[in-house]
Amino acid sequence: MNAITAIATRELRGYFATPLAYVFIMIFLAMMGVFTFYLGGFYERGQADLAPFFSFHPWLYLFLVPAISMRLWAEERKSGNIELLMTLPVTMTEAVLGKFLAAWGFTAVALALTFPIWITVNYLGEPDNGVILAAYIGSLLMAGAFLAIGACISAANRNQVVAFIITVVICFVFLLSGFPLVLDFFSGWAPQAVVDSVASLSFLTHFNSLSKGVLDLRDIVYFLLVIAAWLQANTIVLNMKKAD
Amino acid sequence: MIKAEALTKKYGSLTAVDGISFQVQPGEVLGFLGPNGAGKTTTMRMFAGFVPPTSGAAEICGYSIETHPTDAKRLLGYLPEGAPSYGEMTPRAFLSFIARIRGLSTREATERTDDVIERLNLARVLDQSIETLSKGFRRRVGIAQAILHDPPVLIMDEPTDGLDPNQKHEVRELIRSMSPDKIIVISTHILEEVDAVCNRAIIISRGRIVADETPATLINRSRFHHAVTMRFDNAADLAPILAALEALDGIDHLESDEPNTTITAFPAHGASILKDISALAATEDWPLEQLDLESGRLDEVFRTITAESEAA
Repeated sequence: MNAITAIATRELRGYFATPLAYVFIMIFLAMMGVFTFYLGGFYERGQADLAPFFSFHPWLYLFLVPAISMRLWAEERKSGNIELLMTLPVTMTEAVLGKFLAAWGFTAVALALTFPIWITVNYLGEPDNGVILAAYIGSLLMAGAFLAIGACISAANRNQVVAFIITVVICFVFLLSGFPLVLDFFSGWAPQAVVDSVASLSFLTHFNSLSKGVLDLRDIVYFLLVIAAWLQANTIVLNMKKAD
Repeated sequence: MIKAEALTKKYGSLTAVDGISFQVQPGEVLGFLGPNGAGKTTTMRMFAGFVPPTSGAAEICGYSIETHPTDAKRLLGYLPEGAPSYGEMTPRAFLSFIARIRGLSTREATERTDDVIERLNLARVLDQSIETLSKGFRRRVGIAQAILHDPPVLIMDEPTDGLDPNQKHEVRELIRSMSPDKIIVISTHILEEVDAVCNRAIIISRGRIVADETPATLINRSRFHHAVTMRFDNAADLAPILAALEALDGIDHLESDEPNTTITAFPAHGASILKDISALAATEDWPLEQLDLESGRLDEVFRTITAESEAA
């Protein structure tokens, strides 16, 4: 546990020691604003809720989260620090969790900094703050799932750009797996059960119900399982090729 | 004690380390020598738990690095090749991270950090980010990290690479000062270093151990061992001198270097020739400028041994 917090704290400090954190947060907030007010029609809708705000989160994460995750392990490998980390008395699981939690904590900070929009909507009307809280939780969970995928891909690649692109593609498939775009690929040949399970993997479906304020345990468990599975894969990948 | 038993690492069809076995006891400073690509770094990485062996075993104080990696790593201080560290951190933050991850208590951490800062002269750069430091300081930060928890076993891959002569001297002094009760393994290209700090040397070539002795016995293997080298005045005529030396007893053969007016006399096995040569030089009144008794040349031994194994 001590090792996990030590690694997570070090990583998190590392984000803020470079321009990465500030650039990311600024772009994240700016894009959020653009999407919510221009594309989402926040004012025009005349409703006191944050639906236009949250509905763009999946798409923003699709490109911004891989930008954080791509460096997680690829950079460690490139700088040779992976040899230092792996020869310290920490288990692979501790290292993987420490790094993941730092990245997740960082996205949580970025997400928390969107609070002015919450103040705005509360100033303008009387929104259901329970729904907003549920949507924030859903958004954070989804970001975690994206990050876990990205962490695993980053561990498998020395090249950050390659890691970024592969992560975006995999995240895109996960996002849309409930939609014809992905399902048509399976429906021609796979049995219905497979098509149904692929459909049920969709981030978008699970996030949409959370963002409507339905804190369904199944959606939460779904995201936590996705995170756990990809982090497990991350550990296996690292064990296989830590020294490559 | 650390122990390697038939340690082997294969990368596909390439055998990087080929069944190496050895043990190191406390108090020993083992110098790991070998040409580039001989398997030094791979062997050290297997001990540090970074590269899993294909077969065989590595043990640190009774803990197998494969079955009890965390216990083994706790007892080990390891400096990876190139001394990597987190560039955006300051040495102070980096050392406190290492102290924390190694589970030192706050008091221990302060004591040990102060100690290594002093030993490695890091005080001046403590609050500068590591990536802005000179190569020598970065290497010292790496060494500080390795010895921070005062480990009983210390493995360092090229600890003096990239240091200037003064810094090299300091690091060697540091190794010497820690050596009495520790197991220290260093790899190096610099042969004088082995002579300076190690009391045991292992030469590996193509993944196998080709020599395992003290630096002194290794030097004795040199054909220059007890040879006598003479340098003469530039204008000297070497022919009569060579002839006179030929007639001397106990000389196996002579090698002359005309442009440098230098002659090296190699003794027959076990013979001592310095006295006879200096007496001869005095009676013949040779224009002698320099007379050296060679103790042996480690680099020459190194070349001979590794060339033999590469040819085999």
